Amino acid sequence: MTKPSPERWGSPLWMSVYPWLLLLPAAVLLIAFTHYPILATLYETFFVTRRNGQSTFIGMDNYRAMLEDPVFWQVLHNNAVFALGTIPTSIALALVMALWVNRNLRGRAFVRLAYFTPTILPMIAVANIWLFFYTPDYGLLDQLRGLFGLAGHNWLGDQRTVMACLIVMVIWKEAGFFMIFYLAALQQMPPELEEAAAVEGAGTWHFFRRVTFPLLMPTTLFVAVNAVINSFKLVDHLVIMTKGGPNNASSLLLYYIYEVAFTFQDRPYAATLTMTLLLILVVAALIKFAYLERRIHYQ
Amino acid sequence: MTRRNGTLASVAAWFLALVWLVPLAYAFWSAMHPAAYATSFNPLAPLTFENFVRAWQQAPFARYYVNTLMLVSLILATQLVLCTLAAYAFARFTFRGRDLAFFLVLLQLMIMPDVLIVENYRMVSALGVLDTIPAIALPYMASAFGIFLLRQTFKSVPNELVDAARIEGASAIQILWRVYVPLGKSTYIAFGLVSVSYHWNNFLWPLIVTNSVNSRPLTVGLAVFGAPETGVDWSVITAATVMTMLPLLVAFLLFQRQFVQSFMRAGLR
Repeated sequence: MTKPSPERWGSPLWMSVYPWLLLLPAAVLLIAFTHYPILATLYETFFVTRRNGQSTFIGMDNYRAMLEDPVFWQVLHNNAVFALGTIPTSIALALVMALWVNRNLRGRAFVRLAYFTPTILPMIAVANIWLFFYTPDYGLLDQLRGLFGLAGHNWLGDQRTVMACLIVMVIWKEAGFFMIFYLAALQQMPPELEEAAAVEGAGTWHFFRRVTFPLLMPTTLFVAVNAVINSFKLVDHLVIMTKGGPNNASSLLLYYIYEVAFTFQDRPYAATLTMTLLLILVVAALIKFAYLERRIHYQ
Repeated sequence: MTRRNGTLASVAAWFLALVWLVPLAYAFWSAMHPAAYATSFNPLAPLTFENFVRAWQQAPFARYYVNTLMLVSLILATQLVLCTLAAYAFARFTFRGRDLAFFLVLLQLMIMPDVLIVENYRMVSALGVLDTIPAIALPYMASAFGIFLLRQTFKSVPNELVDAARIEGASAIQILWRVYVPLGKSTYIAFGLVSVSYHWNNFLWPLIVTNSVNSRPLTVGLAVFGAPETGVDWSVITAATVMTMLPLLVAFLLFQRQFVQSFMRAGLR
């Protein structure tokens, strides 16, 4: 393919204006709903809204208040638990699923379909279905336990179990999505590798540990970073399953921002919390871009 | 791989697949049987569509469907136009500040509108469009992901095709329309599927900016309908849940390959 050459029509002046005209509609919306809001969020964090509606400059007080807010630390901790609970398990499951589906499995298309389907369902529908599973006494979980003579339990109403319940649900929702990246990577692997290993008499597990797994490392890293970013965005289920409760035990940073802004109506503090979330997302994205950059050089 | 290992793996793969289908199977079971059977799985339980009828009558789901359809169409249509124009500028023109502008576009991949809910709410309310479908759509209309994907596609268009069109006297916009857009068909399909699925399923932002039946999409309508204080039967709620996810589920079953490939491209951006 020839190297792309820039388009040229008409006078140099027109050619310097033309691309900007093409960009204009998208630029207006991006500025209005991404760039301006980011700057406005930052600006807002230095003020406090008094009861009469007036804003007063208070410097870093909002940040100080955030660092002293136990709920802030609790939601950050919950986010970490949520990420650690969902990501390694769903990645491991995704890898196992991909290895299975990549083989000569009878009914392979059906199995792959079963794994992937949760990905396309709305989180809010998923939450509704799982809400029923966890319903005390009548829910599927308690009915299964009932078969073994165990008593019902308020799974989502108990601080000790609520997070685990949500983690299991999200693993179910996400594993199939991660699977497709492993599947793509596995299909790129040269079949000679496996043939050579078979000739050498290497066992399945040995081959996986020494060849497949290391070769899939870039995919694993890539999926992991994406999963971290996702774990900070995913809060839909909290709205109908727990409202962040009991006692903030299941609340996550974005859900707390939503509560502070729209239930407690404290916009400056919500902005301060948003800055923390933006910082986390930017760091995650920088790691991702640094990694993508490296991958491009390898190819 | 030994044969015994292979059989074992097949059994495990099938077992996991069946486990994975339980939540969905349960939703359909509960939606299609009388409430009395919602928790007892008797294979002889009578089938019924009563739950769907009741859900449909108890909440304005017809309106929610229309709202969601209008929402995803509005977003997709604007995205396609805006992203095509912007991607064309980035892919085929050299101009001062291009790299900086492109970086500023990519910023939206890091900081998505989903997390800027506080300020975007303020923006939408300043524009006076709160509680309308355009209010839900506005933050998503200029998609960095769409611009990025289409820019890549346009960059790979051979110069010969462009030169041939230019010799025939086509203008820049005509070339975009006659050469680039047709060649980007598979990218448009991939982007379209991801965009429609995303906005069909999106919840938090629509929940924040809508407040009435006239603008609520299906997901928000479902949440309002299923709230515990409404005291609606489980079976009716699951019927509503099935109604919410069914169109996308059917589309997925029909076009599995395209869906999987599109989702993968979206993830790999």
